[in-house]
Amino acid sequence: MAKKNKKVLLLGFGNPARADDGLGPAVAERIEKLNLPGVTVDSDYQLTIEDSAAVAENDVVIFADASVNCAEPFTFEPLLAANATGSFSSHSVEPVEVLTLAESLFKSKAKAFMLCIRGYEFDTFDAPLTEKAKKNLEKALIFLEELLITKNF
Amino acid sequence: MSANKRVIIEPVTRVEGHGKVSILLDENNKVTQARLHIVEFRGFERFIQGRPYWEVPVLVQRLCGICPVSHHLAAAKAMDVIVGADKLTPTAEKMRRLMHYGQMFQSHALHFFHLVSPDLLFGFDADPKIRNVIGVAIKFPDLAVQGVMMRKFGQEIIKATAGKKIHGTGAIPGGINKNLSIAERDFFLKDLKQMQDWARGALKIAKDYTVENLKKIASFGSFDSNHLSLIRKDGAMDLYHGGLRAIDAQGKKIFDHIDYSDYTDYIAEEVKSWSYMKFPFIKSIGAEKGWYRVGPLARINTCDFIDTPEAEAARKEFMAVTNGKPNNITMAYHWARMIELVHSIEKIGELLNDKDLQGKDLVVKGKRRNEGVGLIEAPRGTLFHHYKVNDDDQIVMANLIVSTTHNNEPMNRAVAKVADEYISGVPKITEGLLNRVEVAIRAYDPCLSCATHAMGKMPLKITLYDYQGNEITSRTKD
Repeated sequence: MAKKNKKVLLLGFGNPARADDGLGPAVAERIEKLNLPGVTVDSDYQLTIEDSAAVAENDVVIFADASVNCAEPFTFEPLLAANATGSFSSHSVEPVEVLTLAESLFKSKAKAFMLCIRGYEFDTFDAPLTEKAKKNLEKALIFLEELLITKNF
Repeated sequence: MSANKRVIIEPVTRVEGHGKVSILLDENNKVTQARLHIVEFRGFERFIQGRPYWEVPVLVQRLCGICPVSHHLAAAKAMDVIVGADKLTPTAEKMRRLMHYGQMFQSHALHFFHLVSPDLLFGFDADPKIRNVIGVAIKFPDLAVQGVMMRKFGQEIIKATAGKKIHGTGAIPGGINKNLSIAERDFFLKDLKQMQDWARGALKIAKDYTVENLKKIASFGSFDSNHLSLIRKDGAMDLYHGGLRAIDAQGKKIFDHIDYSDYTDYIAEEVKSWSYMKFPFIKSIGAEKGWYRVGPLARINTCDFIDTPEAEAARKEFMAVTNGKPNNITMAYHWARMIELVHSIEKIGELLNDKDLQGKDLVVKGKRRNEGVGLIEAPRGTLFHHYKVNDDDQIVMANLIVSTTHNNEPMNRAVAKVADEYISGVPKITEGLLNRVEVAIRAYDPCLSCATHAMGKMPLKITLYDYQGNEITSRTKD
């Protein structure tokens, strides 16, 4: 398949009311505004099991989340369904579990990647992103925008 | 010196959010104390003070990523009172009901297929590596797909009625801000029959499991209790609106058709030093015996009938198990929940075929008031929202009693009973035995949500401590 025809799903997740936990939805919001061809954007408080059906409709899926301990400013790594642990609770469906469900239930062949953006403050209610997290977000967006345009996965 | 040991289950798995169980053992491994602790988010009621009242239905969704629709609707109902909207337009009320039944449908389907079915399909003692949703997906893929697609259907209804998944804005003080287009209606109608079939199938699984295992599960974490829910004027189950009814374990009414604006005359909350979560009770009975259950089991027990045919037939079968008396079997929550699943999809079908959903009269207003209470039957049970507003339209007081708080005492009793029955005196505490404690908690489908998550923030650890708090052993549950 030509790179430009690849269908890509970006899933940003987190709670925008909990400071840096909102990094995932912030990525989704910014990328959605770009209206990139072949790119579908969604965001939610957390990943849910029905995301597996959406994953199966795409060639590539990128999960975007805040991280308390990833390298600064962000990391971008491939995900493999084989790494699923099954430690599922609907509050905390992990990306690898969504991917595993997509493969086992919907025969998905989607390539998956995890974008983790380093955050620092997660416990404050009704707080915006911290300044340090905002800087990490901008760097991640530069990287992600280029990737979504070139689709060089 | 005593030789007490403490077993901690933290977090409790396959429930919504964070919880911790501590079980205290003496030198003979006898259980001396078992408690469910809730790591509950606090501070929202203070945070919301000073905000304009019309923002509240949107703001409260930040409380919880699990059931934002319940908070959205309960707050909107309270704000209806504030703006003097004593009777909504048919379009507004039916759109809100559709949103609510959509939520009920997706929440109950998710809980049953993906949180509970691993225990029912594989057994409480099965290898935890397969006793999870991935195991269900591999061994029972059809069921797992049904769970996903039912959840998706309910979520799409929420999106169509609330406007979006995060911070929906559908319900506003005095009404709703959109109707349902013909295209949206037809989108849902094409999948309706499939959803009804799958809901019937889920009900059959839950019923068959309960009936076939009745001897084994009748006493599992069970006890007599009072029950509380909203009830329609004619005694029908109503998940969106009604008066308050409370019954005792034998079915005798404690109070009935109470205007929920007066809830403080009937319900009080006790504080205990070891839990962040309060313990509500019926005032006339007192804290010791006045605690009660809410949620699907309580709703089936309190109502006189259900106004949709398939759910009503199922309710009659359910009540026959206990000869028409209230069912106090904790594991029967699952059967009751699936009756509500069928009821919800029946109601969704009724509403989708109702032309009022395409109406254009969306909002009413009346005489402004300074205090409002809104109640709704959320998937997990009765949800209370109570606000006071000053003349500058600012919130000056908020009090919320969430479903899981009502079930605090019953869940603690269930934990204590299972711990006493299965763990007390056992020389080696296995994962399967600890899972039984979690099975009892999961029956209530508690939402212990902290409304946050991030990579690396959800450790799954069971630790055994001695009486001095020293760690004896610990393991991580995958």
